[in-house]
Amino acid sequence: MLQNRSSYPPQQSAVAPSLASSSEKSIPTSLTPSTLRTVATPRKVTIYDRNLNRRAPELSLAAFAFLFNEIVQYSQKNVKGIQEMETKLSEYGYHVGQRVLELTVIREIKSAKRETRVLGLLQFINTGIWKSIFGKPADALEKSKDQEDEYMIIDNDPIVNKYISVPREMSQLNCAAFQAGIVEAVMDGCQFPARVTAHSVPTDLFPLKTVFLVKLDPVVVERERYMR
Amino acid sequence: MVVYSLYILNKAAGLIYQRDFNEGLKRLSSNDYLVLSGTFHAVYAIASQISPVPSSSGIEVLETETFRLQCFQTLTGTKFLLISEPRQQNTDAILRRIYELYADYVIKNPFYQIEMPVRCELFDRHLATYIRGIP
Repeated sequence: MLQNRSSYPPQQSAVAPSLASSSEKSIPTSLTPSTLRTVATPRKVTIYDRNLNRRAPELSLAAFAFLFNEIVQYSQKNVKGIQEMETKLSEYGYHVGQRVLELTVIREIKSAKRETRVLGLLQFINTGIWKSIFGKPADALEKSKDQEDEYMIIDNDPIVNKYISVPREMSQLNCAAFQAGIVEAVMDGCQFPARVTAHSVPTDLFPLKTVFLVKLDPVVVERERYMR
Repeated sequence: MVVYSLYILNKAAGLIYQRDFNEGLKRLSSNDYLVLSGTFHAVYAIASQISPVPSSSGIEVLETETFRLQCFQTLTGTKFLLISEPRQQNTDAILRRIYELYADYVIKNPFYQIEMPVRCELFDRHLATYIRGIP
């Protein structure tokens, strides 16, 4: 376990260098248990000692719903407007996204390849990341017709919104901003800086349909042009 | 078989949700609905007190010639009242299913304040779909 672990940091930083620098918090905590292992006294097996490659466990949706419920209520405190609340939710999602990317890359270490094109990365998010978090791929991936730097990931029924009815006076709010934060972190971590926002586009069949608008940084667009 | 309407009472006898599922039912004034739910809550409490069996629940079913009222009280004291046609089968199972919907779409909604009137679009929608599907 210890030896396995020591091979991770170089790999991981090769794929996503920004992860190591931007999530200072997660890395020390995940390393301490393994350094403590040499101590002779038997200690409890923590979550950090478990094999990362075990089958992804299925979690209770209700437990997640209650947790997310609290997250949304917490983000409502001390905010002036809906915009600010969405920013906060997105920030929380960002922290999740950083870790999700790290974990997904470690799990797929054999087949993992570094995505160099926007489309490849978006497809990886659309299927790989979505599947590892929500158990299903996103429903569609579209490119904006008018804007070169805009892409849309479409989820007809985002799990985070499954039980949420937004009151009428806050109708612009979409709690999937949290999910948008996850996508943003993955994009950033793969060196494709972008702004990701969530927008509700209700239809009769899918009242919770959400579009995640990915607006790429000009740097990425320029690089993309060179690579063509 | 017809389900007429649903009432949800919080543990302080306040009416937090009322909905009719059939058109043509006479609407009462909102005050009357409150009186109705308050009265039922009180009668339920009295019934459980005067029951000869110790630690008995209150009224569970009220049968009349024109309707049947089924009551389901959750462990937390919330009451679900279902008014249906007298011949409607399995009203207790229907109420349990409604309780599930309530637990999902009301309690898990971050914008719902506990014990306050229920205004959740998703709950309304899923409830309507479920009631429509009852044989």
